[in-house]
Amino acid sequence: MIMLLWRKSVNRLMGVMTALSALLAAAALLAVLGYVALNGWRALNVDFFLRLPTPVGIPGGGVSNAIVGSLIVIGLATLFAVPIGLGAGIYLSEFGDNRFGDLVRYLADVLSGVPSIVVGIFAYALIVARRGQFSALSGGFALGVMMLPAITRTTEEMLRMVPNSLREGSLALGLPRWRTMFSVVLPMARSGVTTGIVLAIARVAGETAPLLFTAFGNPFWSVDVQQPIATLPHTVFTYAISPYADWQSKAWGTALLLTGFVCLTSLLVRRFSRQRQGA
Amino acid sequence: MAATLVMLILLLVYELFDGSRLGLAQYGFRFLTESRWDPVFDHYGSFPAIFGTVVSSMLALAIAAPLGLLAAIYLAELAPRWLDQPLSFLIELLASVPSVVYGLWGLYVLVPILRDPIQTGLRARLGFLPLFSCAPIGIGMMAAVSILAIMILPYATAVARDVLRAVPRDQREAMLALGATRWETIWRAVVPYARSGIIGGLMLALGRAVGETMAVTMLIGNRPDVSACLFSPAYTLASQIANEFTEAVSAMHVSVLIELGLVLFGITLVLNGAARLLVWRITRKGAKP
Repeated sequence: MIMLLWRKSVNRLMGVMTALSALLAAAALLAVLGYVALNGWRALNVDFFLRLPTPVGIPGGGVSNAIVGSLIVIGLATLFAVPIGLGAGIYLSEFGDNRFGDLVRYLADVLSGVPSIVVGIFAYALIVARRGQFSALSGGFALGVMMLPAITRTTEEMLRMVPNSLREGSLALGLPRWRTMFSVVLPMARSGVTTGIVLAIARVAGETAPLLFTAFGNPFWSVDVQQPIATLPHTVFTYAISPYADWQSKAWGTALLLTGFVCLTSLLVRRFSRQRQGA
Repeated sequence: MAATLVMLILLLVYELFDGSRLGLAQYGFRFLTESRWDPVFDHYGSFPAIFGTVVSSMLALAIAAPLGLLAAIYLAELAPRWLDQPLSFLIELLASVPSVVYGLWGLYVLVPILRDPIQTGLRARLGFLPLFSCAPIGIGMMAAVSILAIMILPYATAVARDVLRAVPRDQREAMLALGATRWETIWRAVVPYARSGIIGGLMLALGRAVGETMAVTMLIGNRPDVSACLFSPAYTLASQIANEFTEAVSAMHVSVLIELGLVLFGITLVLNGAARLLVWRITRKGAKP
């Protein structure tokens, strides 16, 4: 009897412990997001979005150059990663059932585990050191390398879900393989592949480490891909560790902007794709 | 295109080796054990950074692993439906917050709390232990460990939850039919079944902690010292690279920083390989009917 009581109380206790742990994890999130929202909101105004940064000591100004810079760098990354990722994904799903396919899959896994700072070194050694200059281009390349494994793997998975009878039907009508791919298989998998690409973009949009010594940051307006360029995550970093209250408040504002963009994108995409799957 | 991916990785490895050639030639394997890091005299050893990396990520894992496992058990086994959905959703959200934002939050919210009630309190009561004996300055090893634990917690939780969900129902029903309580069922029948998957998930989380750069750079204090004290500033491989790379002037300094990257790459490669093997084994076993 005592044994049973003991077992039941252990059961109750551990049930409470697990609930507390889940609550703690959720509370950590609310603390982080709450502070970012609260402090960030105070820093936001029209100038924040439209003006350039002001020199130290002059209040006002904004981060418009970083907003545009982030868009440019992410755009470059997408331009680089999407064709290669799509191509590799198509190869893996259609022709990849061999040892070379396994090797590619394994290497994509390896690449997704490489720390972002190491990818930064790679882009530095490959582009910055050779050209002798920090540039938006090298930053885009670094982020593109980070997007690549995710795009490759989701493309492969999505294409594999397209039923084989469709491919066979198309081939039986006399279409060549590439036509089958582009007119039949890819359109079927379009929404899944797009979701994968958008999620990959959202994930790298907040990356800072690979941009430290590639895009580098720039206090002025620049849209030249050969020059250093300001980005949102890098702005958060430099402003956060600065000793000026005005800059620190801008760091919170920029953090809110960045977190909002990253979280909203991944949320919307997830919700959207889940709904469609349910329908 | 698939070949491009392969070439890209080979190129990455080549560039890492090529970039660190100077350092490799000068120090060889001694680089790993040498503890003096002195850019002024161009003398470099990576031991403080390796030490900082291992200590910070292991401690963070030691905090996050039990919490993550318990939270995952709750989400997968015990939570009512209406709570499970939003909680899972929140925890997934936590995983997508950029690391520089965690750094910002840590610097202005976490560090002041750590400095005043926690570190001064620990020092006043337990200051005779070397662990708590140095000046309570806030930023340092303890801050880095805390932020890392917060950052990998959602990740560890999400992986463990997925693995627990993959455990077949029969496993639970058989144990419950024998008259076991819910907790006994979970602890003796469900968790052991999912064990290797959970360990794999934790190792993936460890891999993240090892490679984490921004939040750690902002919080660890950036000093190449090996100290027994939890409050003192330290360095990790990633934060040392991030902090010194753009300021390195001598060719040797740049080269050894790239060599740090090579060491970091090696560590994460081993960790991720082992983790994937474990996760892959469990999911294959789970897939069998």
